[in-house]
Amino acid sequence: MSAPFVQVRNLRRVFDVSKPWLNRVLEGGHLEYLKAVDSVTFDIRKGETFALVGESGSGKTTVARMVVGLLPPSSGNVLIDGVSMTDPRQAPARRRLRRRIQMIFQDPYASLNPRFRVDAIIAEPIRAFDLIQGERDIQARVGELLSLVGLHPDDRLKYPHEFSGGQRQRIAIARALASDAEFIVCDEPTSALDVSVQAQILNLMRDLQDKFGLTYMFISHNLAVVRHMASRVGVMYLGRIVEIAEGRELFARPRMPYTKMLLGAVPDLAMSGRQRVPVKGDIPNPIDPPPGCAFNPRCPLAFDLCRKETPELIDGVACHAVNTAPVPA
Amino acid sequence: MSEAVVRHKVEDRGSRAASPGWFRRTLDSDLFYSFRRSKITMIAAGVTLLFFLLAIFASALAVQNPFDPAQLQLMNSRISPLWTADGQSPFLLGTDEQGRDVFSAILYGLRISLVVGVLGVLFSGALGILLGLTAGYFGGAVDGLIMRVADVQLSFPAILIALLINGIAKSVLGNRLDEMSMLGVLVLAIGLSFWVQYARTVRGSVMVEKNKDYVAAAQLIGLPAPVIMLRHVLPNTMGPILVIATINLALAIITEATLSFLGSGMPETMPSLGTLIRIGNNYLFAGEWWIVAFPGLALAALILSINLLGDWLRDALNPKLR
Repeated sequence: MSAPFVQVRNLRRVFDVSKPWLNRVLEGGHLEYLKAVDSVTFDIRKGETFALVGESGSGKTTVARMVVGLLPPSSGNVLIDGVSMTDPRQAPARRRLRRRIQMIFQDPYASLNPRFRVDAIIAEPIRAFDLIQGERDIQARVGELLSLVGLHPDDRLKYPHEFSGGQRQRIAIARALASDAEFIVCDEPTSALDVSVQAQILNLMRDLQDKFGLTYMFISHNLAVVRHMASRVGVMYLGRIVEIAEGRELFARPRMPYTKMLLGAVPDLAMSGRQRVPVKGDIPNPIDPPPGCAFNPRCPLAFDLCRKETPELIDGVACHAVNTAPVPA
Repeated sequence: MSEAVVRHKVEDRGSRAASPGWFRRTLDSDLFYSFRRSKITMIAAGVTLLFFLLAIFASALAVQNPFDPAQLQLMNSRISPLWTADGQSPFLLGTDEQGRDVFSAILYGLRISLVVGVLGVLFSGALGILLGLTAGYFGGAVDGLIMRVADVQLSFPAILIALLINGIAKSVLGNRLDEMSMLGVLVLAIGLSFWVQYARTVRGSVMVEKNKDYVAAAQLIGLPAPVIMLRHVLPNTMGPILVIATINLALAIITEATLSFLGSGMPETMPSLGTLIRIGNNYLFAGEWWIVAFPGLALAALILSINLLGDWLRDALNPKLR
């Protein structure tokens, strides 16, 4: 088997959240860093949907922005189709790669420029990469893309504010497809939408994936959505991946206590009366994380080792209780 | 009829005509609606427009060219306005010491004042927008440098800075300073003293806009920073800039008038409204009130209407007051 389409290796991002220099000198205090993402490693195979789930502040979006190259990582590497997103020597290759990577954003009210007409929004990648010459052909392509996402070709003459949230997200998808992208990073594409519209957008995305063989990296905090979309799932907690598994496997047999807790929080419409692990506590302050495993203050299985050592990701799970001690079933 | 068209119609009632043309859109816009609802604004706009037209067609409306000494006759000096006992045709608003028709002098002076004001606003706007965009988009040290310069400048009154620049220009150019280059110096002085407000406003808006995802989408396809700034960010900051530009037009005209009144602006051979007021000021106690009163009234009316327009624009573009 060939190398995975996307390879993320030991990705790490630290934000400087210290007070300004002058305030530090006058008021005391020291440099403070927020470790948003730490040693994140995963692969995405061509044509699959890899989902990253986690609570707010777990670093999902930061990972997504580093993968597409919007944010430089503090260390680590992202390889897409063999091209590094960080290595300055590979800049020309990266420029060619850009066309094939696109992103769908969370808030469809902020991701479309309010001053641009829809045709200008969708045609921008086409023009930027010089894919089609001639205004007539560009307009024809824009109309085609709009039909593809379930809008009318004449909608290209309108402004974003004339559309609903779901329709805007369709426009954003059309823009992502405009440059014939192969890899689309979706940063919570449905969390700003009504539940009824969410399903439409998700089904549209799946249809497009089947049609064009797209590869998705899907960021979400909604486990029901992830179950619907993902072939593989990575669970993030405080900047680290704590469990990574095939989607079916993860939902059927979660191993890490945190994953169990997350799944326990999913509403159970069938009212099967299954055993739940109740959610307790909050995500700790990432500026001052607890020593050892970041999950230890909330973990029902935590023991001494968990408070001293950060667990490695072994066989898809980063948990001392799973990897070293027998877990009570 | 195909299914797609039916669906389209149902979904988008009210905006059927996708592109109704620029003129039609302007008439339908919220802005024009609020304009028509405010009588004061319409009057102010009318007065402002009238002043601009008077300035543009000054040479056709004036009975003499007050800048041309050959057309002035000392015989005609100090004639009072037409409707007073000593009034003489064709001097509608009377004449001054030099035999200059006050009405003609106001028309030509208005032209100078408006040219200086508009050019000053354009210059300060361009400078302020450019610096504000740069500061807001790049942040960090660039931002710090530009904004500290702005802070320093803001601690001096604008008129003082304008006086300073004027003084420097005068001492550098000396005798070579003719009327036209004096006009240029005034534009420069006004531009350099008013850029701060634009820079601060644009910087603030840019810092909000640049974190929105449409900017990220543009970065993603590899557009260079200047293109993103000018094509994506700048148009979304134009609302407040328009308001500031309108109010600053009045401020720029006032500043020019003040400089000219203090004698460091337009010379008497090519008077602006401020210069006319300064000249007239000398004759006020001699009973020749018309030399100062009419240019003063013209200036006041112009400033008032531009300010009223600016106030309306600020309210009309403020989403919280809609």
